[in-house]
Amino acid sequence: MPHDDPDHPHSLLPPEPALRVKALETILTRKGLVDPAALEEIIDTYQNRIGPKNGAQVVAKAWADPAFRAQLMEDATAAVTALGFYGRQGEHIVAVENTAEQHNLVVCTLCSCYPWPLLGIPPAWYKSDAYRARAVREPRKVLADFGVTLPDGTAVRVWDSTAEVRYLVIPMRPKGTEGLSEEALTALVSRDSMIGTALAAEPAP
Amino acid sequence: MECPEHSAPEPVFQEPWHAQVFALTVHLNESGAISWADWVTRFSDRLAQHGLSRELDGGDDYFHVWLETLEGFLAETGTATPGEASEMRTAWEAAYLATPHGQPVKLAAQ
Repeated sequence: MPHDDPDHPHSLLPPEPALRVKALETILTRKGLVDPAALEEIIDTYQNRIGPKNGAQVVAKAWADPAFRAQLMEDATAAVTALGFYGRQGEHIVAVENTAEQHNLVVCTLCSCYPWPLLGIPPAWYKSDAYRARAVREPRKVLADFGVTLPDGTAVRVWDSTAEVRYLVIPMRPKGTEGLSEEALTALVSRDSMIGTALAAEPAP
Repeated sequence: MECPEHSAPEPVFQEPWHAQVFALTVHLNESGAISWADWVTRFSDRLAQHGLSRELDGGDDYFHVWLETLEGFLAETGTATPGEASEMRTAWEAAYLATPHGQPVKLAAQ
């Protein structure tokens, strides 16, 4: 491997785009526009601290606490801020609730707007051209690709995120979860279920 | 579109440079150098341009467009001109090639 390879006595050269990013970082740092410690903090936050478990807590609380649910549907930004989930890309969050009549699916047709404080960084498929184009055009087929089949009577509503508004899907609470604690409910809420490409999981029997 | 593998945890960023270019942009937004609405407009324009010629998979190609957008913005505002960026990129390449494997890579003194 590279460590003992006589053909590679020098450091492994990073890929071309990595060199370009390093160049920008150095220039901006030298001009005092960027603080390398702040960059590390941002990366650490998104790699390790913010993720779909935040959103899952919000969903579980909405299922378990009718007053919170009402507040969330009325003003989701305020409701999730009160739980400590706020910050970048979460300025205006709207919660959309799945019902027997309507299933909600979130997309960003422009790029990849996403409620970062609740779900972290979007997965690659959310950013792909295929998903961004097809979610609006043929949402039921997209859902089928994700293994989700809805009853004929359930309409699909697609929400297109923007720089200003981000959506959080509140999946339907699975049957047989009446006695579960909020913490146990949280485990049933996947990232995809909060984008609308999955349903909340059934509890293990 | 292929159904993603649901069981395997995905890394948040597939490559370290994806994380770095993301953090640079977020940092510039927080310091007020670029508004997020402005960023989204620039970025989505470029995504649309690239998406015309080929289908983007949302991974590496997505961050290539991200980097190109950031370079374009910094060039336009004169913050980092293409000449500066290219010179600095070459300096980093030289530093990697001149550093023995296992040693920390540092730029030569200015």
